[in-house]
Amino acid sequence: MKPISKVYTALIMLFLFAPIAILLVFSFNLAKSLSVFSHFSLYWYRELFRDSETLGAVRNTLVLAVSAALISTVMGTAAAVGINKLRSKYLRTMMDTVTNIPMINPDIITGISLMLMFVFVGRLFGAATSLNFATMLIAHVTFCLPYVILQVLPKLQQMDRSLPEAAMDLGCTPLRAFFKVEIPEILPGVITGLIMAFTLSLDDFVISYFTAGNGFQTLPIRIYNMTKKTVTPKMYALATIIFFVILALLLISNLSDSDSAETVKKAKRKKAKAKEAVST
Amino acid sequence: MKKFVSLFVLAALVCALLLSGCGSSKTLTLNVYNWGEYISDGAEDSFDTIREFEKWYEANYGQKLKVNYDTYASNEDMYSKISSGAVSYDVIIPSDYMIARMIAEDMLLPLDFDNIPNYQYIDEGFRGLYYDPDNQYTVPYTYGIVGIIYNANVVDEGDVGGWDLMWNSKYAGNILQFNNSRDAFATAQYKLGLDVNDSSKASWDAALAELKTQAPLVKSYVMDEIYNMMESGEAAVGAYYAGDYFIMLDAQADNIDLQFYYPEPTNYFVDAMCIPKSAQNKELAEIFINYMLSAEPAIANAEYIYYASPNSLVYEDADYADELGEEAMEILYPGIEDFSALYNEYAYRNLDAETLDYVNTLWEELKIS
Repeated sequence: MKPISKVYTALIMLFLFAPIAILLVFSFNLAKSLSVFSHFSLYWYRELFRDSETLGAVRNTLVLAVSAALISTVMGTAAAVGINKLRSKYLRTMMDTVTNIPMINPDIITGISLMLMFVFVGRLFGAATSLNFATMLIAHVTFCLPYVILQVLPKLQQMDRSLPEAAMDLGCTPLRAFFKVEIPEILPGVITGLIMAFTLSLDDFVISYFTAGNGFQTLPIRIYNMTKKTVTPKMYALATIIFFVILALLLISNLSDSDSAETVKKAKRKKAKAKEAVST
Repeated sequence: MKKFVSLFVLAALVCALLLSGCGSSKTLTLNVYNWGEYISDGAEDSFDTIREFEKWYEANYGQKLKVNYDTYASNEDMYSKISSGAVSYDVIIPSDYMIARMIAEDMLLPLDFDNIPNYQYIDEGFRGLYYDPDNQYTVPYTYGIVGIIYNANVVDEGDVGGWDLMWNSKYAGNILQFNNSRDAFATAQYKLGLDVNDSSKASWDAALAELKTQAPLVKSYVMDEIYNMMESGEAAVGAYYAGDYFIMLDAQADNIDLQFYYPEPTNYFVDAMCIPKSAQNKELAEIFINYMLSAEPAIANAEYIYYASPNSLVYEDADYADELGEEAMEILYPGIEDFSALYNEYAYRNLDAETLDYVNTLWEELKIS
């Protein structure tokens, strides 16, 4: 069994990472081609940093992803708290289903329907153009929201309900109890939701494509539009940089996770020791 | 965890600053919508057309100008965006058949040529083309001719010439065909001497039969994948636009010798600058179009895109001819005496909906078999 499973793992790794490896290697190629590796060179990296349109698209993408992630995290957490507090079971199931719709809906339908709505509302107010940064942000928040709720809601359900009650018993106002007791309890879920929303917004193409307005194109749209001619190796360089940045972020977040996991373990050990001391 | 959140908030603040930085109040804006990679953008030390135009405008008119430059991947993408009414652009650069459709649907504004004096440099052969017979709506930007690219290390010199090369069974498994119904059918129609704009079913059926005899020889149906496949020698014969041949030539592998020729008859296209009805600032758009026709940007764009230019300031320029080289000049400008006659006969026109439907059914039939 063992060698087979090793080969299997190796194959999976190969298929997952070979495309990225090829991209990475050819981003350092001086020639424009994907078939000939002429010289090692940082030429395309230099070209990338002089291409103001592409850098503008990167900036747009990041601005959009960060703001969409923050807004949908705040809204999603609030929504999750609200759904969790619902008394009626039917109402809760209904809310759950409704928030899941944008997640199940194919992107293309979400994109087209949002575009139609923006155009309709824009015409209602007599605007010449109805798509802009704000509409794109609304669209991104729309499809990020359910993922945040999906992350936060289980954490709320796992939380011991008597904790905030105890805090209020001890004199906390409900608001204070929420921020001091509930938020720290559900924080891991909130952060996972934030990261998910950020990555979803970052790589969305279809919905962005339908809701992009004048002068605000994101990176995926820009790369797609290059396919009439060839995609230049500048884009390989950009993809390589993005890959390493994401890798670094992942490593950092994993490291800090394991740190906090260890401190939790230590705290538990201390508690156990204290209990022993009390019982003896 | 908390550090992570604060980092994220910090990033958001930085982004907000960046955004607010570009929104000053007293600047004019011009919205331009063009094909991707279809303008000299400063890459590889070229001329940065958009930034230079902003500078030029401020120097001449004393007002700050910001150009929003967006791109699209196909005429149809551009059309659906504009016709939805969700966006408004001041200048667009569609292809001929799409221009004809947009004029028919009353989506373009007639140009005021008093603001575009540089129109005088446009060659006579590019006036009165079918899509704009009275020269009211368009200023041509580039044009191109479909030719056949082949690897001379694989293909024998004797087999070269005409469309027959793409049907030559000697090169089975080495031939690339367009992955797009209109272009693929056209190769068969030109080969058989049929009219590419015919609305009779019989004509399209004949073309389909021809494509079916070709199908066993075809390595694959491709669009922009053709670059890599020709450069690396994966395939040896394929049809594409003349300008794109030079991009492949630049990147060909060591043991590949790419050559090019025009079969007859063949396809011609023109992409032209126009102003859509939803434009916010028509005069500014005309100033931009005029600027695009002036020598420096026009030459830079022609060198960057590698397509032929209908602008005499470009093709009569000695430095431009030097830069491209004699061979490239001969291919890009094959010395057509009366472009408009050839063009009006062989270029694609907008097909009626029924014919389009029929062509698509035939195309699916070909792809399934």
